[in-house]
Amino acid sequence: MTAGPRPALVRADHLGRVFDVSKPWLNRVLEGEDRKLLHAVTDVSFEIAPNEVYALVGESGSGKSTIGKMIVGLLQPTAGDIAIGESPRTGRSTRLQMIFQSPFASMNPRWRVRDIIAETIADPSIDRGARAGELLEKVGLSAEDAEKFPHEFSGGQRQRIAVARALAADPDFIVCDEPTSALDVSVQAQVLNLMRDLQEELALSYLFISHDLAVVRYMADRIGVLYLGRLVEDAPRDALFAEPLHPYTRMLLEAAPRLDAFGREAPPPQGEIPDPIDPPSGCAFHPRCPLANRRCKTEAPRTLALENRCVACHAVEEGRSA
Amino acid sequence: MTQSPVLSVTDLVVEIPTRRGVLRPVDSVSFDIAAGEVLGVVGESGAGKSMTGSAVIGLIDPPGRIASGEVRLNGARIDNLRPSEMRRIRGKRIGMVFQDPMASLNPLLTVGDQLEETIQVHLGLRRAEARKRAIAALEEVGIPAADRRIDSYPHEFSGGMRQRVVIALALAAEPEMVIADEPTTALDVSVQAQIVALLRRLCRERGAAVMLITHDMGVIAETADRVAVMYAGRVVEIGPVREVVGAPSHPYSVGLMGATPSTSGDAASERLKQIPGAMPRLLSIPSGCAFHPRCPRAFDTCDREAPPLLRSGSSLAACWLCSPDHQHLVQSATLPEAIE
Ligand SMILES: Nc1ncnc2c1ncn2[C@@H]1O[C@H](COP(=O)(O)OP(=O)(O)OP(=O)(O)O)[C@@H](O)[C@H]1O
Ligand SMILES: Nc1ncnc2c1ncn2[C@@H]1O[C@H](COP(=O)(O)OP(=O)(O)OP(=O)(O)O)[C@@H](O)[C@H]1O
Ligand code: SF4
Ligand SMILES: [Mg+2]
Ligand SMILES: [Mg+2]
Repeated sequence: MTAGPRPALVRADHLGRVFDVSKPWLNRVLEGEDRKLLHAVTDVSFEIAPNEVYALVGESGSGKSTIGKMIVGLLQPTAGDIAIGESPRTGRSTRLQMIFQSPFASMNPRWRVRDIIAETIADPSIDRGARAGELLEKVGLSAEDAEKFPHEFSGGQRQRIAVARALAADPDFIVCDEPTSALDVSVQAQVLNLMRDLQEELALSYLFISHDLAVVRYMADRIGVLYLGRLVEDAPRDALFAEPLHPYTRMLLEAAPRLDAFGREAPPPQGEIPDPIDPPSGCAFHPRCPLANRRCKTEAPRTLALENRCVACHAVEEGRSA
Repeated sequence: MTQSPVLSVTDLVVEIPTRRGVLRPVDSVSFDIAAGEVLGVVGESGAGKSMTGSAVIGLIDPPGRIASGEVRLNGARIDNLRPSEMRRIRGKRIGMVFQDPMASLNPLLTVGDQLEETIQVHLGLRRAEARKRAIAALEEVGIPAADRRIDSYPHEFSGGMRQRVVIALALAAEPEMVIADEPTTALDVSVQAQIVALLRRLCRERGAAVMLITHDMGVIAETADRVAVMYAGRVVEIGPVREVVGAPSHPYSVGLMGATPSTSGDAASERLKQIPGAMPRLLSIPSGCAFHPRCPRAFDTCDREAPPLLRSGSSLAACWLCSPDHQHLVQSATLPEAIE
């Protein structure tokens, strides 16, 4: 949220997205219902530097995918701006790509893998078949796989094909929306390692979206925590895990199952995520927050900029920790 | 004095005849679960976890069938019962919780109707009494305003609340054991923690044996007393959670733990360990130890002979490295490195 030393590759500025989820006009008139608006994303700002992995983490419905789609232009924001900078690598404008959770849904089952990958190659002077084979080898498959169809591959292999397809466009920046959450741990490890290697080798930037804190910790340089469409905390990875400031971040970290906590019996978190159509007043987290006071119930906290991190919480601002 | 186990599974084999050959999704599986104990069952997709659970409760879709082995509930065999007898055991003596709560709930009936029916049928109570018990059951699983919510339909609850209702339903008839198959996989982290804590507390209070199936190693580490790791239809390691998760013996268990990212420890930037390849298909299970093509420590015996479960600390592991005959091999293989 604060301007870094290097110009940002991607900047989201007070981004917002509202969905109209009302019933059709006639039904509303007959049933006497009001218009219903769902605030999926509210006032979200962050910056992603070249060669940086920025992660968005949050529970289901927190607005992660909506933000990812707005960044790549699949969805229009209803508020705020997205600024896409110039690529320091090529000097031209930054190229964006997206990788989705279920690679099958985003691939035409009747196309050969070669054509799926080559679809995003823009440069007509490139030999598409050769390039597809080269990219398949880069993601750990073989050039011969180019002749096969998507159904001939396992989930992990398909996710590798999705990575190859994203790379075919020679991108600077890839939005990865839960790229491994449908995969087994061993296959997830293969894909995460691959994505990390490519990021380093090709100096890519990622917006990495996940609900899994452990995965985010493995992948990200910086992490933004979303709750009900708002960014409640934004910090460098190590700072966030060593010293989470927002009570929601603390709750998430506390609730995440740990491999070394045999028989742990921490009291589980309180409550559930509220209805986004009718969110709580003030700070949306207040009904579940152990630190909530009167002010939290009425007044939405502003974003507090600290050194190299941000947090939106009255308790933090007031210096209360109990 | 050792208590006899609530559930005892011995050499269980499930077969599915297909045109291309007979599949064995469960192959010679044995384990016990004691009263009040949680046995975690882990392994990657296709390992045979759900199929093992389905075999225990007699819910294998034909043409699949239990080909051999035994399942005993408090000493009595239940694998050879008639379907009508098995139906009475499910719900009454074995409670079930699945990933999708709607698989256990009838969308057309209120939550109260379903709970009351279970209580009336299995505990033989009258209607008014059953309703009281149903409200108490909902309160126990943490449904707020249970006396009002009892007349709601399943779709009026959130995913987490629905799973609470299913737990109430699974425990309503005071079963001797509960099988929970990925009960939290579809839920958010914070709700998952609530459901796991609830399941563990209730089962412990009532002394029910629990078979908790999941691919989430973290959930297993925190919840299970003992853990069975499955690979290609077999149990490849079984033992106390501290050993199997904390210091695993079988190379597959070692691989699973090493591949799992963690939120704790200082290994934030340490590379995840990869297991090459993927779980084999049932029609092409490798010879010898089914894990050998992916195993970093495989040696010449591994592709010829399938290893039995061998003692390793307080666990059992199906790996030739644990065989006393091979201990010298293990040592001589690591010796040169040690000298360097
Ligand atoms: N096209 C749409 N129309 C109406 N509501 C939508 C639409 N897309 C998203 N929403 C709503 O916006 C909110 C944010 O959704 P989004 O998919 O961004 O969440 P998410 O954080 O990606 O969740 P998940 O972890 O479940 O993928 C949710 O309440 C969702 O129901
Ligand atoms: N009706 C069937 N016909 C043929 N094969 C089947 C059938 N049902 C299951 N299988 C196979 O049996 C094996 C074991 O399946 P099972 O559902 O027990 O796996 P699991 O360990 O529960 O995996 P997951 O984590 O994906 O739930 C798999 O290889 C699966 O493909
Ligand atoms: S038996 Fe051999 S192949 Fe199998 S896990 Fe042990 S060392 Fe690896
Ligand atoms: Mg999403
Ligand atoms: Mg299963």
